Amino acid sequence: MTVVVSMLRILARGAHAAAALTLVAGALALPTAPARAATAVERIVSPGGIEAWLVREPTIPLIAIDFAFRGGSSQVPANKAGLASLAADLLDEGAGDLDSRAFHERVENYAIGLHFSASRDYLSGSLYTLAEHQDIAFDLLRLALTAPRFDSDAVERVRAQALSGLRRASMNPNDLANRSWWAKAFAGHPYAQPVGGTLETVPAITADDLKGYVHRAFARDTLKIGIVGNVDAVAAGRIVDRIFGALPAKAELADVSNAQPLALGNKLTVELDVPQSVVLVGGAGLAQKDPDFMASYVLNHILGGGSFTSRLYREVREARGLAYSVHSSMLPLDHAALFVAGTATRTDRADEALAVIQSEIRRMAESGPTQEELEAAKSFLKGSYALRFDTSGKIASQLVMLQLADLGIDYFIRRNSLVDAVTLDDVKRVARRLLMADMLATVVGRGPSVAGSGATPAPATVPAAVPARRDGG
Amino acid sequence: MPLTFCRALSPLTAISVASAVLAGAAAWTPVRAAAADTEIAHFALANGLSVVVIPDHRVPVITHMVWYRVGSADEPPGVSGIAHFLEHLMFKGTEKNPSGKFSQVLATVGGQENAFTTADYTGYFQRIAREHLPVVMGFEADRMTGLVLTNENVLPERDVVLEEYNMRVANSPDARLGEQVAAALYLNHPYGRPVIGWRREIEKLTREDALAFYRRFYAPNNAIVVVAGDVSAEEVKALAEDIYGKVAARPDVGVRARPQEPDPVAVRHVMLADPRAAQPSLQRSYLVPSEPQAGPGEAEALDLLAHILGSGQNSRLYRTLVEDKRIAINAGANYSGTSVDATSFSIYATPRPGTSLEDLETAIDAVVAEVADAGVSAAELDRAKTRMIADAVYARDSQATMARWYGAALATGLTIEQVKSWPDRVRAIDADAVRNAARTWLGKQRSVTGYLVKEWPAKGDKKEKKS
Repeated sequence: MTVVVSMLRILARGAHAAAALTLVAGALALPTAPARAATAVERIVSPGGIEAWLVREPTIPLIAIDFAFRGGSSQVPANKAGLASLAADLLDEGAGDLDSRAFHERVENYAIGLHFSASRDYLSGSLYTLAEHQDIAFDLLRLALTAPRFDSDAVERVRAQALSGLRRASMNPNDLANRSWWAKAFAGHPYAQPVGGTLETVPAITADDLKGYVHRAFARDTLKIGIVGNVDAVAAGRIVDRIFGALPAKAELADVSNAQPLALGNKLTVELDVPQSVVLVGGAGLAQKDPDFMASYVLNHILGGGSFTSRLYREVREARGLAYSVHSSMLPLDHAALFVAGTATRTDRADEALAVIQSEIRRMAESGPTQEELEAAKSFLKGSYALRFDTSGKIASQLVMLQLADLGIDYFIRRNSLVDAVTLDDVKRVARRLLMADMLATVVGRGPSVAGSGATPAPATVPAAVPARRDGG
Repeated sequence: MPLTFCRALSPLTAISVASAVLAGAAAWTPVRAAAADTEIAHFALANGLSVVVIPDHRVPVITHMVWYRVGSADEPPGVSGIAHFLEHLMFKGTEKNPSGKFSQVLATVGGQENAFTTADYTGYFQRIAREHLPVVMGFEADRMTGLVLTNENVLPERDVVLEEYNMRVANSPDARLGEQVAAALYLNHPYGRPVIGWRREIEKLTREDALAFYRRFYAPNNAIVVVAGDVSAEEVKALAEDIYGKVAARPDVGVRARPQEPDPVAVRHVMLADPRAAQPSLQRSYLVPSEPQAGPGEAEALDLLAHILGSGQNSRLYRTLVEDKRIAINAGANYSGTSVDATSFSIYATPRPGTSLEDLETAIDAVVAEVADAGVSAAELDRAKTRMIADAVYARDSQATMARWYGAALATGLTIEQVKSWPDRVRAIDADAVRNAARTWLGKQRSVTGYLVKEWPAKGDKKEKKS
């Protein structure tokens, strides 16, 4: 079965809309992009019954494949935190009849790129290969997924690397802020544990744990695949079966309950002797399937999203010089939805930075954005959508993300009209709903902000990784 | 830096170019036939501005970059950090486009923007839908010479830079050690100064310092414009002539006459104690020639040497220190050839708990000595070449990567032809050349070795440093 959806034509149309703005310097203009040959997203189902999304890209002689299995670190017991991450790091450290050294030699001899990583909800991977070496690349990936060895010398070596990273992170204010925020906000839930584990749990992970995790989590029923390259649907089906066909049909995943962030309205402080403090604030967001999700995404863009013009950027950085970096985001996870904002600022002004962030959040909650801000944000989000598709690797990653979020293969077409449909009333309603609520704040650093409020010294254990970004919009 | 461009013309390319239509009052010529449109083009305007065009028609977006041939190594003494501070201040507006206007426009049409500063160059870029190229060119041309600064926007931005310093350097023990190693490596050349500046000098930078530096170095005849993406060379040429061509050249633009390094003669060590260094580490830098100043084949051999010694898990350092001896958690090497003056060949390693930095250093010395004595194997050399040449193909997948490689090469004195011939020159290097590079350039008297520790060793523990 093949479903074809034109993508780039739609992207080009989005760019047309943005061009209507009268911003041209002088009398010159480049023509807007003409309609193109329908570069398309195809949904394919392999002879073995595995679904994948495919974009044919004939101009560069390489193939990019991204994939993800559902069930990342949230599938791991608390006393084995870090298991999913350690497994991801070990998949290319020996598989089948290739030991670690033989595997790495083959990867490099054929200039293959092969990467795996774990997040709270997923174990994901990406493969990059020159078209001429594709068969070798596909076989290496198949071996890594279906026959990882977890030899003891490789496990000990990679474990030592993980522990070294955890030691470094134990003195890093960003890591500490994240770890304490997640531990408090999701106490009792698997999301509380850091993806990379702790200095106590990582030493406890055994080869049997690693094998057990891979056996339970790597299966065809939770697998999402994106392929970009000069291959047609038939060839793509063969590739998919060759790599993933031998995996078990069904994953054995533990149920993970949906959760709301806890301890809202509190402020945590962690003492750490650093020149710059880290401030993190977070509360409830919206699930990606919530009808108001796109409104929340637009709202966040105006408040603290990506550009140099957000309210937080203007107030915290430009007007007051309090920080180099200040941001906010919507994080729709599988089992919770969050809004988070944060900055890094000199310690003697950390309280001021936190107060400015909170007051901007409150101001947005009470009166929402202006019509002008809304129009600019919508125009930006539509116009910049094409920038997510300008490399094969980025396209492959988008194909997987949209499948994980279950947004449909026509999302590429609908997406800009979803942005368009957001009204000022929508954004104001969502702002009241999300930003009026209490949030949990964390401050890591030294000085009055921390010392004055019953600070606890930083424990010598480990930080949480930042949650995997699944950019909803 | 390495790349190739023998890209086949695709049907997609043919369609997009052939059907392009003119919009607006066109002061530029119609696009040409598509046939040659995958070639990288390079030309200069009458005012001295260099322009590079890298066509990639897969998606209707472009990456537009302006590179100035000026960086922290061109700063006068006493105002370290001014090149980077000026980069921040370039967003503060001009008479024609007041503060924030450029960013506001990009934030409306959907463009990404940013800027960066190194020792040798300063760059500004936008990524945006193709039809906005004239708009971003207009803004960049305007701020090339029209910057207006007031203390109201300069002083808060200096605080922002100090927070950037806190984030990148002060909060990072490894970055603090890196500053000390570089300072000890360069006895005479300004590469010894941190790009972001020394904190006490950043704190005192003024509006006048920034404007003086700006007037000395920002001019079309000291800049390179790179446009990568869904454009043709003709389109870009017409636009550039009309927009950038109006900016007057500055005949007295600052020249790069930097004090050069004497021949290094002493083995140097530095040690930094930082209570936040929960993980000790070792960094070493050797003074070696950059690609623009290297003799024939030398930079290519150094790149291959760095790859064989320390890139990835098949490298000598990783296999010996991490896998065989099990005294390190990680180890690697790197050569930064894209540099105007003498650059560094660096080695880094993280010891396993229980291994002293001295023992780790001794083991590193042995790995380097073995390559210098016995050379590298044919398998190692082939593997390194394959990887480096493939990287050039992978780079073609990203218009932003291509734009950066070409911009950095031109800004440091390399030519388009040198970038294009890189894979062929790498192919031509033999094992003897790699061994000779190790013998010639990795003598320990050319190096500084830095130790990062949590606390200063107690007096009784102090070991003699071996050289």
